[in-house]
Formats: sequence, C-alpha cells, structure tokens
Amino acid sequence: MPTVSMSVNGKQYSGEVEARTLLSQFIRDQLGLTGTHIGCDTSQCGACVVHVDGRSVKSCTTLALQADGADVTTIEGLAKDGQLHPMQEAFRENHGLQCGFCTPGMVMSAVDLVNNNPNPSEETIRENLDGNICRCTGYHNIVKAVKAGAQGMGG
Amino acid sequence: MADNGIGTRTVRKEDQRFLTGKGNYLDDINRPGQAYAYFVRSPYANAKINGVDTSAAAAAPGVVAVLTGQEMAADGIGPLICGWMISSKDGSPMNAPAHPALAVDKVNYVGDHVAIVVADTYNQAKDAAELVEVDYDELPSVTDTAGAAAAGAPQIHADIPGNICYDWELGDKAVVDEAFSKAHHVTSLDMINNRLIPNAMEPRAAVAEYDPGTEDMTLYTTSQNPHVCRLIMSAFLQVAPEHKLRVIAPDVGGGFGSKIFVYAEETATLWASRRVNRPIKWVAERSESFLSDAHGRDHVTHAEMAMDENGKFIAMRVSTIANLGAYLSTFASAVPTYLYATLLAGQYTTPVIYAEVKGVYTNTSPVDAYRGAGRPEATYVVERLVENAAREMGLDPAEIRRRNFIPNDAFPYETPVVHTYDCGDYPKALEEALKLADYDGLAARKADAQSRGKLRGVGLSAYIEACGIAPSAAVGALGGGVGLWEAAQIRFNPTGNVTVLAGTHSHGQGHATTFAQVVADKLGVPYENVEVVEGDTDKGPFGMGTYGSRSIAVGGSAIMKAADKIIEKGKKIAAHALEAAEEDIEFSGGNFSVAGTDKAMNIGEVAFAAYVPHNYPEGLEPGLDETAFYDPLNFSFPSGVHIAEVEVDPDTGVVDIIKYSAVDDFGNVINPMIVEGQVHGGIAQGVGQALLEGCVYDDDSGQLVTGSYMDYAMPRADDLPSIDIGMSPVPSPLNPLGVKGAGEAGAIASPAAVINAVTDAIGADIDMPATPLKVWQTLNSAKAAAE
Repeated sequence: MPTVSMSVNGKQYSGEVEARTLLSQFIRDQLGLTGTHIGCDTSQCGACVVHVDGRSVKSCTTLALQADGADVTTIEGLAKDGQLHPMQEAFRENHGLQCGFCTPGMVMSAVDLVNNNPNPSEETIRENLDGNICRCTGYHNIVKAVKAGAQGMGG
Repeated sequence: MADNGIGTRTVRKEDQRFLTGKGNYLDDINRPGQAYAYFVRSPYANAKINGVDTSAAAAAPGVVAVLTGQEMAADGIGPLICGWMISSKDGSPMNAPAHPALAVDKVNYVGDHVAIVVADTYNQAKDAAELVEVDYDELPSVTDTAGAAAAGAPQIHADIPGNICYDWELGDKAVVDEAFSKAHHVTSLDMINNRLIPNAMEPRAAVAEYDPGTEDMTLYTTSQNPHVCRLIMSAFLQVAPEHKLRVIAPDVGGGFGSKIFVYAEETATLWASRRVNRPIKWVAERSESFLSDAHGRDHVTHAEMAMDENGKFIAMRVSTIANLGAYLSTFASAVPTYLYATLLAGQYTTPVIYAEVKGVYTNTSPVDAYRGAGRPEATYVVERLVENAAREMGLDPAEIRRRNFIPNDAFPYETPVVHTYDCGDYPKALEEALKLADYDGLAARKADAQSRGKLRGVGLSAYIEACGIAPSAAVGALGGGVGLWEAAQIRFNPTGNVTVLAGTHSHGQGHATTFAQVVADKLGVPYENVEVVEGDTDKGPFGMGTYGSRSIAVGGSAIMKAADKIIEKGKKIAAHALEAAEEDIEFSGGNFSVAGTDKAMNIGEVAFAAYVPHNYPEGLEPGLDETAFYDPLNFSFPSGVHIAEVEVDPDTGVVDIIKYSAVDDFGNVINPMIVEGQVHGGIAQGVGQALLEGCVYDDDSGQLVTGSYMDYAMPRADDLPSIDIGMSPVPSPLNPLGVKGAGEAGAIASPAAVINAVTDAIGADIDMPATPLKVWQTLNSAKAAAE
C-alpha cells in the first residue's frame, strides 16, 4: 500500500493507505480526528470540509494521496491555546448550531469565506454557504454567526 | 431572575464540544476488535426471493459472516412491530403485515433488507455484499398513493387484500352531511401533501457489542428514545432480555422523527454481534438513508368547508388516502389518524367535522412520524381551505379567521374531534402577526411588484398543534401500546452540585442547557453546577424519549416534580438542623430558612447533611436524590399565526420569499434563543416542503428517483429568507412550568402559509412543492385557459 504524509493541525503524520482511501477516512479512521463528519456520499452536504493548504475542500471528495505533503487544518485545529477561534465563538454566541453535526464543516467553510471576503453581506454569506447543508437551524442564526465571526476575525 | 434561569438567553453548554470537533456521534465510537456491517438490499420494488447464495461472499477476504433472514428467523428474532392499533370503520383491526428485519421470501421496496455482511473492514463488507447472489422473481409494483388501493393494483402482501391497512373514520358522517346540505357556500379543494425524506444530517448508525462473560449486550444507536428502543428489542424482537441490554444514544445529529423508530439495521447488527461474538459497527451511507429511513407525509386529500352567509364555518368534511409504505413502521398507524384528524378543528369553532382516512400499503419505504407528524398535514388542509374560502366569499383572509376563532372565554374548549384545548388567545396572535408582517402595507407592495412585472402574494396560516403527548390513559384508549409519561431524577452529590438524569433525549434541542436552567432556577443552585445526563438506559430512569415537542411539557414537568420532592425532603433536614418545625421552613433562592428569623442553611449544606447524616432527623433516609414520573393531564396546544409574503417571477416561475413573519404561543419559554432556533429550523423544513422537497418513486420500476442530494432538493442558505419572530404566550394552566412545546410549530405552520402566498400571487391552486417548473406551468395553463 502507498504511504501518505501530511501536516494536520501542525503535526506531521504519515501512514499507509489504500489508493481509494478518502482524506476524510484518513483523518477520521487513521488519525482519530472525528470532528470531521461524513454526512453524504455525493459531496453535497459539506459536513467534511477541512482546509488544505489554506483553502476549504470537501475531504470526502479528496483522496488521502492527493493531500500528500499538504498542510491540513481540521475543526480540531481551529481553536488556539484553549481559545475558540472568533468564528467558533460567534456560532456559540448566536446559536448557530443545534445538533452540531454539520457544524465543523459549516465553521470551516465560514472561516474560508471570510478569509476571501472579510466583510460579507448577508446575500454573499447565503450564496457562499450553499455547499453546506444544515437541517436544524434554517440558516438564520448561521448567517448571523458568520457576520459576527467576520467582525471577530477583524473584517 | 437568576442569570441563567428560566426565560434567559443562556448560551448552550453543549456547544463547546460540538464547535471544537469533540462531539461523540455514533460513527465516532469504536470498540476493540470491531467488525463492520454492510447490508444487501433489494434492487426491486416488489419481488419474490427464490434463494440467497452467500457462499462467494462468505469466502471473500476478511468476511466474518453473511447472515440472512432465514437464519434470523431460525434464531427467533423479530419481526419489527407497530405499536399503535387502529380499527377500521367496521370495527375490524388494522391489517399489519409481517415485517421481518431481514426479508425471508419476499422483498417489498427498493432498499428492503436481505442480508447482513460482516467483515474485518468496512470496504471488505461492502465488496463482499456485491458477491451475495439473490435469486429474485420481479413482480409488478405500486408506489402511487392514490392508486395503491385501486382495482387491479399489484398485491403487496398476500394476506392484505387491496393493500388496505385500515379504512378509519372520526366524527358522525350523517350529522356532517346534514350540515352541508344547509350551507350557503361550500369550498372544496383537492390537495397532495408531498412525501418527504427526513434527512437528519447524521445518518443512522449502530455499534453493537456482546460480552460473553456477563452475557450483557450494548447497543450504541442513533435514537431519540433509547429506553423505548431497548423495550422493543427485548419484549418484541427477542434480541436480548431487557435487563441484559444497554442502549446508548450518544450525541445524535438530528432526528426530526426518523430516529424514533426501531429499524432493521440496528436489530440485525445487535443480533449479529452476538452470533459472531465481536463488536460490529454499521453506519448508513446517505444513499441508504434515502432508501430506508422512514419517510414522512404522503397524503392525497379531498376536503370541503361548509359556511353560512357570513363566512361562519358550519361543517367540515375530509377524505384522505395516506401512504404507509411497504410495512408499518413503529408508530406509523397513528400518524395519519389520531395525530392528524384530531387537529382538523384548527383554531376554529367549526361545530361538526367528519374525517375518513384510508391507510394504504405501497412498494415504498415505510412512512412514519416526521417533524409535526400528522399535524402539518392537518394544518395544511384546514388553512388552505380557510384561505380559499375567504377568497371565494370575498372576505379578507384575516377577517374570515377572526369570525371563526374560538373566543378567549370558551376555554377549556372541546372540539368535535377528540381534543379539549386548554387555553389560547388566537385573535391576539393574529393581530400581532399582521402588524409584524405589515399587512396594511400589502396593497402598495403588490402594486409596486406589479410595476416591476412580478406577482406578489401573501398567505396566512393560523395553526394549532397537540404537543406533550400525552396522558397515558388517553393514549391507551386510542389504541397506543405505550404509556407516554416522562421521568427525571435529580441527584444532589455530596459536594452540592447536581446531576439531572432525564428519560428524554437531546439531538439538537439543547436539553443540557434548558433543563439545567430549570433546575438552577427552581433549586437555586448555580447553573454551572448542574449537569444533565440523557441517552443511556444504564443511567437514570426509564423514559419515553423526545418527539412530538414533549420534552419540556412532559419531561420538564417530571423535573419540576422531582425538584419539589428535593425541596420537601430538604425542609425536613433543614428543620432538624435549625431546630425549627418543618412547617416553619421556607425555601427560596436555594436557601431553607426559618420563617421570621435569620436562621437559614443553603441547599448545598442540606445536601451535605443528607450524605453525612450525623445530625439528622430520626427515621429519615439519608441522601438527596429524588426521582419523579409525570403523566400529563392533557396534551398541550401551542398555536400561532405565520404569514409568508412571496414574489413570483412569471417568466421563470421562481418563488422568492420576501418576508416571513411568525407569532407563536408556546406558553412560557425557558430559553428564547433556543426556542427561536427551533422555529427557524421548523420553518425551513416547511418551506422546503412547500417549495423544494419531494420524494419521487418511478411509477413503473418503483425505483427511488430522488435518492441523493443531487436529486432531492434540500433547502440551502440561499433558498431561505430571514425570519421575523414574535411571541404571544398564554401559559398552559396544566403543567407546572406553563409550557407548551416548540419543536414542530415551524414545520406545521409554514407549508400552508407559503402555498397560500403562492396561490395568492399566481391566482391559481398549486400542489407542493411549488417548483419553478410547476409554478410556470400553472401560470401558463391558467393563461391559456383564459385566452
């Protein structure tokens, strides 16, 4: 089996994988980082979004081997020194999550959105989150949270 | 009010772990030596099984076992059950087909379960499943609700003629027909309540483990009601005796009803783990969820409202065909009967109502409770009829409702369809909603839209729901096989902090926060010192679980009752320590004090005394740990008025929700932030039903056409508007918190509000989902007819 190496949340990992192993499977099953969730099998729901070299990707649509040598950040790597990332804090303050299952992907997408667009309008937020499905919140408080998170990130 | 007490917008305790990736969902659980399961499913909608050859699969790499329905039956497991008996008009009991967890000689829908393959890895199990050879004789199938009981329809179950489960009625037909004969005007409407797929974001899953030493079994499962799951697994499916089975529902990623039921997969996984003597994990792929999660709704209805010359409702008549799927799921039979027709009075004084419901089998996934469960279907029938009636009578839709509302002085109000409403102020909620929606400015906005070539419409929905299910005796009288009380235990630890063990289950509702708020407020302990534990049958009392917006109305009442017991015992302990008479002890803000003195001790000190009873009342048991079971006095009846305003682009048929206003009466609210979140989410699901979602089976092949997120339109952020919410509470007099329940209201109210707005905009009736294609076709066929 081929070997894959990558940095995940600042730590270097390597492991043997089947060629068909998805990045999401590698992160969850081999690294034990279960914050990245699998909500569908067609790359629609976005529960699995992580950052690869600073850009958001759906880890269920990426082979682990495609991330060889990459710098990966998962939801577990977002908070620093016990302090929630401003986007995480904004989701908590604005009740932007209910069951929590879509939340890791939603937060990772939101951070990427704000990285690319520091002061997004409500319309921009709604359009840019169309790769992430939430069944609980009706998105109302997610949109509020992303706005607040953008401010918290300095936008 | 305490900082985190009842009524405060307290942020949630559970969010820290969810936001940092530390949630503990089913697929995050792994047991040492665990194998993996994958299910062989029927590719046909209706087929006879001549044989299953598992030899090639069993010989594949890593395969531990391949087990079929034959082996399951030989072990005496199953069949799956439906826990609610419904009788037909003629008094005969419903026709319930055998429902083996793994099919034996016949499959009845695409996705039906044929075999479980267990292997060392998930991929090995999935690969080996491809090697199971099933010899099928495909038979003609029927998936269509209206056609299932038609002459000549394919027969699904040999012992159930005409595919009819029951032909049920409520009300006196002769009396209603008589009232109709005197009507000034009758509004009639044919409606389809579209079939939905629940789509909780966490797929269903199970991890099962058998301990050969103790013979204990543990099932981790995505359940809204783990105690009920254990009861069914034990008493009916014979998988394990109740006292040797532990069911754990950890963090569960949404339910919406779909995780109430006991399904084939967790049953087979638990059974197989004992057979192979290894822990087994099964996690549904989303495609499997689409195929075999219990679906929702799926009614075909003809309804009529009879009115006098003033638009006063004098009688209502409803005839519904309800699709139950291929088998009866756990509570399926009750949803289109007692959870549906009993709500047809709505908020109105309609004196006589007759409803008949034909429950039919089809070659589709079983249909059961989905957010609202029967009540969205009832509200949709009532509120679309009322809106059309207003238009036909030339009355303002708000005015026809005013003329028919149950007046405030009529409560408790007995409707003609079973329920007695406890309280409400329907006119007030309507006026507040009209104000929130700027109803007075509507004409100007319509004119403005017209000037831009757009069609603007507004739709009202004055909904009622019955929550807090329910007094056990009432449930039993209506055919339910369970009691629907709730249980809670409040355990003071010797150091004074508190563990609350509840029989409910949180899968997004925030019980860890709201129940802690209730206990902190009631017992005067710091909110931070209260921990809520749910979802483990080995911890805390047996409880009935979370569905039907019952957790605060029934579970919260059990918590209040347990707290009363704590206070009662605490008074005895404090009286002894403070050398006072028990009747002189007052409890307030966490302090037991002697009336009229400054002598007091706080509840933490009382707890310590209870566990270190050196100076203690004679004969009193040590410890401060009280359990209460609460059987509600009645359902609770949340209500409200939702108003949708839409703009339709006649060139494309696209419906844009411009404004959505909701005024709800949930009684007292524990945490407005969480309740508003529930309303937002419910409305999104209702808007999804109204405009986007629809489960489609192919008529000929019976294949599920909408089997993925590429084919089934889930609401996304840019499909939904911001939502304006108002509260108009009338506290329930029937439970100690004065609460009513809020989990389903949005999904109940919104489909009618949105479709009423669309029909107002386009000037024609339309069925859900009002997709751009359907709206455009409706507009153009209306135009063609006019020309």
